[in-house]
Amino acid sequence: MNIDGVTTGIVLDHIQAGKSMQIYKLLELDKLSCSVAVVQNARSTKYGKKDIIKIDALIDLDLDVLGYVDSNITVDIIKDGKLIEKKHVALPEKLTNVIKCKNPRCITSTEQGIDQKFVLVDKENKVYRCCYCDVERKVQ
Amino acid sequence: MEKRNLIKISDLSAAEIDDMIALANDIIANPDDYAEACKRKKLATLFFEPSTRTRLSFEAAMLDLGGNVLGFSEASSSSVSKGESVADTIRVVGNYADIIAMRHPKEGAPAVAAAKSIVPIINAGDGGHFHPTQTLTDLLTISREKGRLSDLTVGLCGDLQFGRTVHSLIEAMLRYDNIKFVLISPEELKVPDYIIEKIKDAGAKYKEVTKMEDVMSELDILYMTRVQKERFFNEEDYVRLKDTYILDPEKMAMAKDDMIVMHPLPRVNEISVEVDSDPRACYFEQTLNGKFIRMALILTLLGLDKNGKKTA
Repeated sequence: MNIDGVTTGIVLDHIQAGKSMQIYKLLELDKLSCSVAVVQNARSTKYGKKDIIKIDALIDLDLDVLGYVDSNITVDIIKDGKLIEKKHVALPEKLTNVIKCKNPRCITSTEQGIDQKFVLVDKENKVYRCCYCDVERKVQ
Repeated sequence: MEKRNLIKISDLSAAEIDDMIALANDIIANPDDYAEACKRKKLATLFFEPSTRTRLSFEAAMLDLGGNVLGFSEASSSSVSKGESVADTIRVVGNYADIIAMRHPKEGAPAVAAAKSIVPIINAGDGGHFHPTQTLTDLLTISREKGRLSDLTVGLCGDLQFGRTVHSLIEAMLRYDNIKFVLISPEELKVPDYIIEKIKDAGAKYKEVTKMEDVMSELDILYMTRVQKERFFNEEDYVRLKDTYILDPEKMAMAKDDMIVMHPLPRVNEISVEVDSDPRACYFEQTLNGKFIRMALILTLLGLDKNGKKTA
């Protein structure tokens, strides 16, 4: 399968196989006017299989979203055909409008127009806590 | 002065709580000195969920400070019934009042209000989450009845899962030295994990038990709570759990002579009326203390002294 290389743009590499579409949606890549390639189940020497997303432009990326979905993802910034920066993401300390609180008693379940805010409370077990109701959510 | 809110008890430092208790004690000793401290000031009591006791306590507090009160006592008599958001309601009411006390069935609603309000917001209870003014009431009561807030074994009994008074009280007591918690509840109504984590993080001692009789003799304070029907989605669970613990004279006989019994009220069956005449029962004094500490809180958040002058 051939997909053009990126001359100037971003490559999201080492995405856990099957998670690329989640990232595609969370980053709202469907709203971009440039070319975006989503490669699923590519061969990976490290993980066996992986997903890759290629974006044919240098855009601002929400690295917190990437860190939340999969902290193994690498972000390659490419300019004029050369890799100029490789970024590693981490599980973010705060999440805003990435996940929703599932507590039916939480104000976020009814109030319109407020941000869904979470803070990381347990890095090892990937547990976040809602800033409004304090109910915790484990990241899958 | 920067706008202050009271959303959760940890919004106040231990020193601020001590100051507020001292102020409440001064108000109790010299009520006339404070009779005009809030003259021409208005408190709005926005009760999206009914609670006559808490609302009246806030209103009595403001009236005793010489101020005025306005507001509503249930959501059906406000614009909320027309679909208005908390944020919009608060923006509007902030134009009419100097300070707002709000109760809301949704957890975190006062935090949303505080973010939008131009006047101080007091959380008068948000669902099963926090109820910081009850905690201030409890601290004032413990301080007056026991003469200290440290070196105490505190038994908390009943609905410890949804009982917000319990969560706030634990958080507040963790700041004092040598506090041991004895958590008495059925398995289904145990203290949530995030509160247990806070106890552990603070290095305080605690134990969880299901039988009251096993621990009565250890306690300096027994804090009873009601199993609240409105917190259950399932009527069957409520019926099954509501009468798990009933404090009666037999159980009181197992307790220390100087143990005190507290309850945020209203009670249903969890304390038999025979206990009311026991000198260790202090739940009615507790409600009176609630008014005095709310007077101290209103003055503190408005930044006013007893003469109605702005403090530094």
